[in-house]
Order: sequence, then structure tokens, then C-alpha cells
Amino acid sequence: MEEPKEFQNYTINFGPQHPAAHGVLRLLLELDGEVVERADPHIGLLHRGTEKLLEHKTYLQGVPYFDRLDYMSMMSEEHTWVLAVEKLMGIEAPPRAQYIRVIFAELTRMLNHLLFLGAHGLDVGAMTMFIYTFREREVIFDIYEAVCGARMHAAYFRPGGVARDLPEGLEEKIRSFTEDFPSKIDEYEVLLTNNRIWKQRLVDVGIVTEKQALDWGFVGPMLRGSGVAFDLRKAEPYDAYDKIEFDIPVGKNGDCYDRYLVRVEEIRESCKIILQALDQMQPGPVKHQDFKVSPPTQNEQENKMESLILHFKQFSEGFEAPAGEVYVATESPKGEFGVYLVSKGGSKPYRAKIRAAGYNHLQATKDILPGLMLTDVTTVIGTIDIVFGEIDR
Amino acid sequence: MTPEKLENLAGLVAEKFPNLTVEREIEALVLRVEPEQLIETMTQLRDGAGFDFTMMIDLAGVHYPDREKPLEVVYQLLSVKKNHRIRVKVSVDEDTPVPSIIPVWSCADWWEREAYDLVGIRFSGHPDLRRLLNEYDFDGHPLRKDFPLSGRIEMKYDEKSGRVVRVPLDTSRTKLDPFKRPGREPYAQS
Repeated sequence: MEEPKEFQNYTINFGPQHPAAHGVLRLLLELDGEVVERADPHIGLLHRGTEKLLEHKTYLQGVPYFDRLDYMSMMSEEHTWVLAVEKLMGIEAPPRAQYIRVIFAELTRMLNHLLFLGAHGLDVGAMTMFIYTFREREVIFDIYEAVCGARMHAAYFRPGGVARDLPEGLEEKIRSFTEDFPSKIDEYEVLLTNNRIWKQRLVDVGIVTEKQALDWGFVGPMLRGSGVAFDLRKAEPYDAYDKIEFDIPVGKNGDCYDRYLVRVEEIRESCKIILQALDQMQPGPVKHQDFKVSPPTQNEQENKMESLILHFKQFSEGFEAPAGEVYVATESPKGEFGVYLVSKGGSKPYRAKIRAAGYNHLQATKDILPGLMLTDVTTVIGTIDIVFGEIDR
Repeated sequence: MTPEKLENLAGLVAEKFPNLTVEREIEALVLRVEPEQLIETMTQLRDGAGFDFTMMIDLAGVHYPDREKPLEVVYQLLSVKKNHRIRVKVSVDEDTPVPSIIPVWSCADWWEREAYDLVGIRFSGHPDLRRLLNEYDFDGHPLRKDFPLSGRIEMKYDEKSGRVVRVPLDTSRTKLDPFKRPGREPYAQS
């Protein structure tokens, strides 16, 4: 008879080249059979030194870097940066610009959550979702393109307002898309919400209690999935959010399924917000009218020498900000995205610390994953909705 | 934060921490703490009645080379119940470590590793103070003000040895001609 053999735990390297790792995650997993004993995420493979670069750029030049942080929710990141610069300068964008920003922040939220739905579906085995959600993402990209010329990296929000007003006919396009959109969400829900396989893979997987969520500093849908109704759009309203009515969806069990439901409901709320913003929006200027921060109009540049000089100086030296420090956070689709901005005067920041929303979620995997099956690892990584651009910066 | 909330919090802080320095920044309250009192203060801020700062939302390391204590750690705390925020600052010199606040908030782990990696602040009591964002054998701390934007080394393919090598980067390039690198031969045309 053969001697019984003893097997020790073995360690596998999940990623950095794995389609379910959502980018360049390297996750060291120690397995006992199929059960995860220990997880150790390694990050930094996409580190581009954005914070160092921002110290060497003017405030305006910093905007495009924010698109490239969380490259799935581009304008939301810009939003934080421009609000931080505005708070430092002590200015406020004109009402129409605030509404435009709200509309695009919410469109971006849809964009991000649609990718979440598609990619999370793909992780768990629901291939069709990916095709469905990309159909609608295409329309939102077209709206992006119409307003700023770029399909992803918009650089549309500027300190003191937005780059330009909405082109003619775009308001109607956004309205018809948003009015039509809830029916598309119903389609997704038919595919997933009561799907037996979907529920088997998600319900009671990766439970995060409220205490854990607070201890690990969870934000956004991850926090709300665990039953904490905290949303910065309500708690610290910025731009026009205080004039708009919406609800905060909250989960109950803190598992992956609740977080999925929270995100689906958030898309529905986004539709409501966009429609209200479109109704309340009035014609008017979209740039801060002081012209110390935002560039003068084309007409003024052609007729006034001072305006031409001002324009040149703004785009070469940049505008000067007073000394001071601010911490500004907005509710990006993934949660609280913050910027801690220190200025010592001059046209460049002294230090710009970016608080990435997914950072704490990813480091908490070493607490969530032990005890789960190997197949659940992809579910948990899908549910935290990580994008490495913002985590590695 | 609304002005009333800020005043309430300022009153509470003055009452509970009479010997700490409190500064005002734009719509924010800044608490200066000595490294020795950090853990105690943080625990009180988390559990103390009226504060309820259940979350540490951000930790930033900042380098001020012209100060006596050049390294500064900035903590942003948030209370989701009371909906207020506070900023806590600790300043140290190169040789003094900052006590790790992992016992108070687990999420401090990566933030402290990041501050160590990028700014070179040392945290005492951290279980695993490795580099996080840079390579594990990286030399220097990139967010120090004396670290050049271009870095100190560059990687290139070496024809002779047939592999990628690291060579020191010549940082003497001038501002007028950023692409000119004195002392470097143009690549041989073959």
C-alpha cells in the first residue's frame, strides 16, 4: 500500500497578467485546497508619479492628469481637482457651469457603474452583460465627444467653470438618453437580479460588516452596501447638488449582491439627478466672470490687448493661487475621492495628495478574502470595482 | 463643513485637548500633535463623546525642507455619523519615527507604507514597513523636494551585455533645452 502523502499549503500568484485582475493587480494567495488562507495584494505596477508631476505643473495643466487616474470615471476626478483649486482661490463657478458639472458627473457615474456591471458579470460568468452595457456606454461616450472632442480623457472641467458651453442640441440628446435609460436598466436587471447563478455566486460572498467597513475606511457603494447611508453629495453638497432631490440606496447585509443592487439603484438615481439638472438649468455664463482664472472670450481677445495678454499668461505661467491648504472630497462613482492641496503661493501646487477611492477597498482584501474559495476571489475583486490608475497614481 | 459645525467642533476640541495647538485653515480645523501623544489623541478622537471620528480617510506625508522638523504627516479624519472632519498634523525630523496608528484604524497600513515609500517618514510599530508603490529596491524617496522630477537612474537596453541595465541619469540638462543631455553620445547608427 502506498504511504499517505501530506500536502502543504501552496501559494499562487494571481495576476499581474490575469484577465480577472482588472489591470495590474498582483495578488499572492496562500491556498489550503481551494480555500484562501492568506492574501497579500501587491500594487504599484502602474505607478506614474502623478503627485510628483502635479507639483511641477500649473493648476490648469493638472486637470488632464486627473482623467488618467481613474480612467473609468474621468470627469469625476477632474471635478475634485477643480473644486479644490476653486476653494483655494475662494471662487465659485457660475450656476450654469455647476449644473453642467453635475450632469457630467452623473453621466460619468453611469459610465463607471455600467463598466462595473459588465466586467463584474464577465468575472462571474455572465458574458452577455458586457455586450449590453457597452451598448449604452457608447452613447455616453458620444455625449462626451460632443462636449469636449475626446471620448474618454475629457479635460472638460476647468477651475472656475467648464471649458465651453454645451453645443446646440446636446441637452435634448442627454434628455432623451436619460429618459430612455431606466428601461435599459430593467433589461440588465432581468438578466441578473433574479438570475439563479448570479445569486449563487454573489449572495453572502465577501460580507463586510459596518464595523469592518468603518475600520478599513470604506467609501462610496462599498460603505453603503454595508448599511451606512453616507453620501458626500448629501453630506457636503458641492456645486448644484443641494438643489436636487435624490435618494441614497443602502444595502443591508454587506455582501457582493447588496453592493451590486446599490450600484444599480445609483444609476437610476443618476437618471433622476440629470433630468432635474436639465430642468433647472438656465442659460448663462459657464466660466467664472473674473477672468483671472478662466480665459477671456475669443471676442475679447481679438478686440482688447489686455485680454490677449491675460490669455497668454494664463496658458503659459498659469494663474496664481494664494498660500493655504485645502482638503476637498467629492463622491466619485467609487466613493470619496479627495485631494489634499497645499499651496505656498505661485502658480503651482506645493503638494497635491490624491486620496484614491479604491485604495482602502483593495487593502481590505487581505481581511475579506481569507476563508473564501478561490472562485470567490474574482467575485470580491469584481465587487470592489478597482481601477489601478487611481490606486497606483 | 458649515461654519456652525466648525465652531462646535472647535469648542469641543478646546475643551477636551486644552494643551494642543489648534490652527484654522480654509473651512477646516487643524490639530497639531506631538508624536508621543498621537495614539492617545487619535483613540480619543475616535471614541470620545462628541467626536466620533470613526474613519481615517487620508494620510499624507509632506516634506518641508526649510523647517526645523522637515517631515509632516497629515491625517484627515471623518465622522460619518456627525458628518464633520478634522485634520491632525504631526511634525518630525529625519531621525524621529511617528508611531503607527494601525491599532486605531486598520486602514492606516498602506497609507503609512506609502508615506514611508514616497516621503521617507518612518513609522514605529508598523508590522510590515515595505515600499508600496515603487519597486522594492528603489533608491530614495520621490516626493522629497530634493528628488529630481526625472529621477536619478534610467533603464536602457545595453547592446554589449544583451540585457536591460540601470545607469545614473545625467540631471544636468538645462532648462532652455530640456532634450539636450550633455556628455551623452547620440545612439550609433548601424
